[in-house]
Amino acid sequence: MNRIRMVEPGFQTTVQDLGRYGYAHLGVSASGAADALALRAANLLVGNAENAPALEMTLTGGAFEFESAAVIALTGSDFGAGLPLWTAIDAAAGSLVRCGPTREGARCYLAVRGGIAVPKTLGSASAHVLSGLGGRALRRGDVLPIGEEAVRRPCSGVHAPPPYVRPAVLRATAGPQADWFASELYRAPYVVTEESNRMGLRLHGPPIPSPAGHMLTEGVALGAVQVPPGGQPIVLFVEHQTTGGYPKPANVISADFCRLGQLRPRDEIRFEIVTLDGALSLLRDQEQWLYSLL
Amino acid sequence: MAVFRAASDRALLVSFGEEVTAEAAASVARLTHSLEGLRGILNLHPAYVSVLVEFDPRLRTHGEIEAQVRLCLNAPSGTDDRFSSSVSSDQGISSYPVVASYQGTALAVPQPSDPKGFSPCRTVEIPVRYGGDFGPDLADVALRAGLSPERVVELHSSALYLVHFLGFSPGFPYLGGLPPELATPRLEVPRKLAPAGSVAIGGSHAGIYPMDSPGGWRILGRTPLRLFDDAATPPALLAMGDHVRFVPIPEGRP
Repeated sequence: MNRIRMVEPGFQTTVQDLGRYGYAHLGVSASGAADALALRAANLLVGNAENAPALEMTLTGGAFEFESAAVIALTGSDFGAGLPLWTAIDAAAGSLVRCGPTREGARCYLAVRGGIAVPKTLGSASAHVLSGLGGRALRRGDVLPIGEEAVRRPCSGVHAPPPYVRPAVLRATAGPQADWFASELYRAPYVVTEESNRMGLRLHGPPIPSPAGHMLTEGVALGAVQVPPGGQPIVLFVEHQTTGGYPKPANVISADFCRLGQLRPRDEIRFEIVTLDGALSLLRDQEQWLYSLL
Repeated sequence: MAVFRAASDRALLVSFGEEVTAEAAASVARLTHSLEGLRGILNLHPAYVSVLVEFDPRLRTHGEIEAQVRLCLNAPSGTDDRFSSSVSSDQGISSYPVVASYQGTALAVPQPSDPKGFSPCRTVEIPVRYGGDFGPDLADVALRAGLSPERVVELHSSALYLVHFLGFSPGFPYLGGLPPELATPRLEVPRKLAPAGSVAIGGSHAGIYPMDSPGGWRILGRTPLRLFDDAATPPALLAMGDHVRFVPIPEGRP
């Protein structure tokens, strides 16, 4: 069995698939790739199932050595590996893929043909970093087995990056407490703060006045924009709490989750409201782009 | 009567009123169990009076999920014996008496002595070492309540709690039934580390931190029980609808 060795782990490199669904009623949020579109694309490029486990790098990538020849793909943001992104690449036995600091967004994915063969926890290989469920961030010297689960031939050709990941605008639909708020959220730009992670993106901008209503704790959805008493919004992300008690004026649309995954501290964003139908039509376009890789 | 709201382009929030009642709790549990494992439904997030249904928007629409929920709610009372007796009783338990109010939110507690009350299928005893390093906030809670620490322990361990739902983090139970004298606001600055097993109070609710995590609830003690184990089936020690009793571990016992 081929293996991949972490010569350098990078800032926060984890194994991710599309997440651990079906356990939210036990308090377990899905986790999964922060930019699921990039993960799915990387897997399709090397001939894996979309959900195969791959490496997610954050802000600064690592250096990875392949024991035997492998077919790999890098997607997401350019971490300066000196290799083309969005294409299948042959990596020779003993070759080293060295990534560095990001040149654009927050995350880069490295998929390997056959998938990373780590044990699954509650049906998923995804590390839930904050709870430790499903594994931890990788360390120098970790060795991961590469599986044999490829389902088709690798894709040929170099593809253009998806046109969706311009992180300046986050489209959102009305949240469950939208009628508690005026339209402040949509008026001014917000900046992503350093206290952002896979659990949530903490934003800074003009504070949003706290509404008067009292809330009972309720379930929260991926991409929910919640407004705590301080008025600075938080966008709940892949490792979010399953329930929460802050009111939510908006929810980022599914088609823009990939943008959330590519936002870095100090990036500036604006919110833009769309209808549910609009959100679904944007998602359909994105899915069409993904399958055009095949 | 259920109220439906789109929470996102792939989530529908189903609410059963605004007050914590036995009826709402039973509807929440029943809906959660009957939607589990259905195609296109990704996750169910139960809470005090609502269930958030997260679905795959490529397979299902809000309208289809709403229709599915209505079907479940109209079906004859299912096999969940934990709740069925309170649901099917024609006496009808319409609500717990509201005995505590915190920051304007009416909160209710189950009355175990009430013969018409919740009929659980199990009560889980949770052993707790109170105070000292295990319960750094016990003295403070006692001071705010105007009680001795011993009396706080006595009150806390004599109540019967209801697991409304698991949320926040893996296996964290939201417990109703805290004696109202013990209701204490959360810490103004959350702790960086609430150790695994910490038995805590947040407002008028009780809870237990299943794993080391940051937390703003006031910690009275610690249980040696493991509340979440991903290798176990089921992975969570407690389930929605369980009752919980805290049992003090005498000092000096290992």
